[in-house]
Parts: sequence; structure tokens; C-alpha cells
Amino acid sequence: MPDATPDITLCARNLTRRFGSRQVVHGVSLQLRRGEVLGLLGHNGAGKSTTLQMLTGCLLPNSGNIEICGIDLLRDPALAKAHIGYLPETPPLYRELNVNDYLVFAARLRGMKPAAIGEALACARQRCGLEAVGKKIIGTLSKGYQQRVGIAQAIIHGPAVIVLDEPTVGLDPTQIREIRTLIRELGDAHSVILSTHMLSEVESMCDRVEIMQHGKLIYGDTIAGMANYGGEPGKLEDNFIRITEALE
Amino acid sequence: MIRLLALRELRSLFSMPSTWFALAVLQFIFAWFFLARLEAFLEIQPQLAQLANPPGATVSIAAPLFNTAALLLMMLVPMFTMRLIAEERRNQTLALLLSAPLSGYHIVLGKFFGLLAFLLVLTISIPLMLYSLALGTQLDHGLLLSNVIGLLLLTASYVAVGLYVSALTSQPVIAAIGALAVLAGLWLADIGATAADSAWHLISPLNHFQNFNAGLLDSSDAAFFLLFTAVFLLLTVSRLHNSRVYG
Repeated sequence: MPDATPDITLCARNLTRRFGSRQVVHGVSLQLRRGEVLGLLGHNGAGKSTTLQMLTGCLLPNSGNIEICGIDLLRDPALAKAHIGYLPETPPLYRELNVNDYLVFAARLRGMKPAAIGEALACARQRCGLEAVGKKIIGTLSKGYQQRVGIAQAIIHGPAVIVLDEPTVGLDPTQIREIRTLIRELGDAHSVILSTHMLSEVESMCDRVEIMQHGKLIYGDTIAGMANYGGEPGKLEDNFIRITEALE
Repeated sequence: MIRLLALRELRSLFSMPSTWFALAVLQFIFAWFFLARLEAFLEIQPQLAQLANPPGATVSIAAPLFNTAALLLMMLVPMFTMRLIAEERRNQTLALLLSAPLSGYHIVLGKFFGLLAFLLVLTISIPLMLYSLALGTQLDHGLLLSNVIGLLLLTASYVAVGLYVSALTSQPVIAAIGALAVLAGLWLADIGATAADSAWHLISPLNHFQNFNAGLLDSSDAAFFLLFTAVFLLLTVSRLHNSRVYG
């Protein structure tokens, strides 16, 4: 299936979203190519999670459209969603199941054939470092392992687009490093879009960055481009502050 | 997909110790009622035998037992349905289902059939206990069958109500109390309405169970249960869709 996916895996145009009278997302347009890791950067409450929820079909936009691998997500949700792997802010784990059962359930849910699941399960567990805990009940695992199970469920079916909402939150420094390496690897074969408010994360994992503020995308460039913001090379952190303040 | 979701629901239920505890206690309660009915029947049987057309064991034991089970289920089903969607909301696992290539119908029917299968396991002991009477007496199989069908339809309608209320909230306890309020409200309105042709009788599931309980298979009662269940399942699907619209 990956061979058939076109180069642009995710394309969102003019997404808007209101909650009641409060406009949370204003005309957001995004494009994601295969083999690319895009970092969605922004302060807390900038609308990152809402945008990601819309991209995965958990929330309907008030206007705008989304295409996943050329399939309209709003018109053909079942077809389009089979190409998405999503890790929300809180990993969606059934705490009473064991890791293997849960991952098999997640794979079947995305329409994987039972014959292909054994291999996919082994691969996902190996990539996320879950080999030793396959039979453990998810509720008994530490936060770091639960986060890994959350990532494993998002990648087990080999989706074209992987959406990760703050994937390294709550992890210790070693785990963060492992997860970053994993996301970098995933970015080679899939498209990854992740939200974060940590600049070091963007610097070490992403090819491209989009900065979101008050529900709008205010800046988008490659990492190198952002480091050279305004023509003078500087630290990403300083440039981020300059960008957000300039457009305040 | 529906089967996959139903099996997941069953697996989650059976991996919780509280489920096994509830199963054990309820088997004990059903058995207690059965034995009490059996004892009462055996006591009055010599007097019954003098009647020209004495009531048999099935009418005297099975019908009241099913009636008691119907009332008990009214209070029990909300405790099992409360988790179905409310807990997924609270634990934020609903995102897994909403971002998967499934329609709302899959999610709702999967949960509905999963819990219904569990409740079948829970209540299967009632007909089994009654069939054990076949060792010593002649049973009225028609009456038993109509009671079994009636109880199944009644349970399905209870589950549909519970599932809908569970979709309205993210607090399982509120879902349980809400569903109990609806079911008990329908029952109380039914027994409180004195006029025989009152509309309250028509919308009460327990009232429609009475014909099944007496051994009468009335297609209008069956149609009521199917419609009642379908309406609440559709409401649940639309509520689930609304959570995508309103967030």
C-alpha cells in the first residue's frame, strides 16, 4: 500500500473551528509530504490540539477541507482514516487489557487483515521497545511505557500519516531521546506531524516547522530557515520569541 | 468490525474482578428466588391437585421467576451500561474509536451487542435452572420460550436506553443514575396510571413484557421492543456524531 500513496499525504485547506462563539482555529492550511516530519509549534492554547483533532477526524471543522492521500476526509471518512495513526494528548489506552491484546485490537480496528497482524505487532513492539512487556496489563505500566504503547498503536498499521500530539510529554530524558530517534525513523517512510511547545524537540526531530498562535499559522519554514530568521543566524529559541512577538 | 468491538467490550468486562463478583452474586440471587418459588409451589401442590385444572410447575415457578428477573434487570442494566461510552470519554479512549475507520453505527452496535452478550451469560442460568425441573415434571416449553424471548427483548431495550444515557455524559455514575431514572420512571408511570387505556402503559417496556410473561407472543409487543431499542440506538449514533460537531 505505501507505494500507491501519492507524494502529498496530507493536505488541509482553510480549516476553521469555533467552540460556541469562540473562534479557536482561523483558516489553517497545511501540507505534508511523504518522508517529512512537521513540527507544529505554539504556546499552550494556541489551537494545536484542536487542529490535530480535525486532521484525524475526531472533530469536524466548521469550514475547510482535508485530504489524506488524496481522499477527502469529510466525504469519505472511513477510507481516509485507514491511512491515519493518531496519538492524542492522553494516550487512548484500555488499561485493563494487556499490551499485545490492545495492539492487536488497534490493528484490527484500522482494518488490518488478521494474517498480517503478527508481523506488524512484532515490528511495532520492537520499534517502541515493548518486547519485554507484551503480556503486561497496560494499567500496571509506568507513564513512559504507556506513552510508548500509545505510539505503538498509532504506527502498528503502517499508516501514511502519523499524527502525534505532544508525544514526549511526561517522559524522562532517556525515554525522550529514544522516542525522538523513533520519530526520526518513522519520518523516513511515513509523514509525521507532531505538536509540541519544546523547541529542542523541533530542532532534533523536524524537517519543517509551522508556528501557531491564537489559532493562526503565523510562520512556516524549514528548520534551517527558522534558524536564519531575519537574515541573521541565531538560536531557535530566540527566533521563536522574535517571530511570535513580531506578530503579536 | 461490530464483532471486533463487541469482543473488546466482553474482554474488558471479563478482565475486571467486579464483573465476576457481580456475576457470582446475581447467580446466587436468581437461585435464591428459584428455590423460594419451588418451595412455595411444593407446599401448596397437594391443594392444587384437588382443582379440576391445576396450574403446572411452569406457570407457578417460571413465570414469577422471569418477572422478578425483569425487575432486577431494570436496576442492574444501568450499572453495566454506565461504562460503555461515559468511561471512554473520561479516559479519553474515545479518540481511538473516533479516529479509526469506523462509522458511528459500528461503535454503537459493537457496544450494544457486546453488553447484550454479557447479559445473556448473566441470565442464562434462569432457563437452565427451570429446565432442571424437567427431571421431575412436565414443563410447558411454549411458556418458557415466550418468557426467554420476552426477557431478551426487554434486556435489549434496557441496554439501548443505558447506552444512550451513557453517551450523554462523561461521568459513569451520572450515566448509571440517569438510566435508572429513565427506566424506573417508565415503570412507575406504568404502574401509577390507573386507567386501563392510559398511554403510560404503552411506553413502558415492563408492561409489554407482561404478555410474554403470560405465554402470549404478541407481534405488537415484539414490534414495540424492536422500535424502542432502535430509537435509542439511533439517538446514541447521533449523539456520538454530535460530539464530533460540538467537541
